[in-house]
Amino acid sequence: MDTDPPNDSATAGPPDVAPPAGNGSPIGRRIVLGLAALGAAGVVGGRAIQDRLAKVIAPIQHADPTGLISLLPLGATFRYYSVTGSVPSRDATDYRLDVGGLVHTPMSYTLTDLENMPQTTLVRDFQCVTGWRVPEVHWSGVRLSDLLDAAQPGVGATAIRFGSFDGTYTESLTLEQARRSDVLVALQMLGHPVTHDHGGPVRMYVAPMYGYKSTKWLSSIELTAGVVPGYWENEGNYDVDGWIGDSNGRDDEPVD
Amino acid sequence: MGETMSLSTDRGRPTTLVKRFSRAERAVHRAVAVLMLTCIATAAILYNGFLSAPIGHRRLVKLIHVFTGFALPIVIVLGVASAAYRSDLGRLNRFSPADWRWLRTRSRREAAIPVGKFNAGQKLNTALSGGAIVVLLGTGTLMYFPDLARLAWRTGATFVHDWFALALGLLVVGHISYAVRDPGSRRGMRSGSVTTTWARTHHAAWVDELIAAETTAATQPPTVIASSVRPPVYPSG
Repeated sequence: MDTDPPNDSATAGPPDVAPPAGNGSPIGRRIVLGLAALGAAGVVGGRAIQDRLAKVIAPIQHADPTGLISLLPLGATFRYYSVTGSVPSRDATDYRLDVGGLVHTPMSYTLTDLENMPQTTLVRDFQCVTGWRVPEVHWSGVRLSDLLDAAQPGVGATAIRFGSFDGTYTESLTLEQARRSDVLVALQMLGHPVTHDHGGPVRMYVAPMYGYKSTKWLSSIELTAGVVPGYWENEGNYDVDGWIGDSNGRDDEPVD
Repeated sequence: MGETMSLSTDRGRPTTLVKRFSRAERAVHRAVAVLMLTCIATAAILYNGFLSAPIGHRRLVKLIHVFTGFALPIVIVLGVASAAYRSDLGRLNRFSPADWRWLRTRSRREAAIPVGKFNAGQKLNTALSGGAIVVLLGTGTLMYFPDLARLAWRTGATFVHDWFALALGLLVVGHISYAVRDPGSRRGMRSGSVTTTWARTHHAAWVDELIAAETTAATQPPTVIASSVRPPVYPSG
């Protein structure tokens, strides 16, 4: 673990402790330095290698019934992030989505209510601010703008605050961002109802922004007078406007 | 040679012990083991959905992982303060022609190949683990301090960190499975001493070497005393 030149036997160690059987080549040190060089090369070229690997293996991974391939570190698969302990399960019997705050008509939706509203389908990438990106995910759900129209935001309302039934997570959007057609209250993801681990039964999908803007286990939508920074914006110093490729010092390809 | 020496006259007494690891070495080993297993456990939670789902608390798990990850190489470096640790590091570093033969031979226990204090597999494991730890420390640092490198390198660092972690995890599994099968070896790391029978079976050249050291340094106290404070393996250290 030292960084001396690898081939100078005279510097192999303090001569007074050189063991009698310690002759031979300093292969150990060469292996350490070799791995360090390999690691450095991987840091420089890893992104290209990973992209190529992911293109080949991701389709197999999505179709793998055992899920074993998803254990390989490819960077093109969902990783489960939760900021609290285990999150309670909710289903059609006890799920509620409340829309309130600065609105004229506070609303409370059951899962069935949401399923009976007009559904929008998007096939878009999911990009995490930590680097992983899942290509061409199938999303389906109610446009957030439809829910806002139904609630009729009051005059002073300029922003949205999302709440989660994990009890901790919060996020925000400006009213203008929330009205975009690619901002969904998602009921389906990857071709089936959103699973609990992915934030089901109902989660946000804010297509043009990093994943932390897409609140999982969505339970409340509150109209506010100004933007209130959310969980990771406070804890992780993430940008409040989380545009993919134009925030958080990243240059990922935008999703649109 | 050495037939009169204590090491070679104790065949009938299996309780006779020979010192293998110093107190400092065992302390480093224990600390590294705890830190390594914590790193692996937290990494598994951070990485696998089926573990992180029931456990959650991502910020705390990440904090523990980063803390133990930085502490582990520090402990390894602190060990260098011990002469015994440095001496063993020197032995592990050097590969003799016999080591290459040992690696190529199918049945590694052939008496024809002299095995010193460490066999070639142990040397290889040390070097690969050490290299992986260096790489994981470097890439982990790039990941933890996002301002250190540009984005493409950070992505590359994550990629390297993931694959080296997987490889190091396999090395650790291999290391533990060999230890599980060898109580004599575990005893050496637990108590610091091994039986001479075990030493002769697995590290015959090392025993010869200890005898030779006794012969040349006749004024030294004999090696084979269970309570021996210091073996003559480090003649002038």
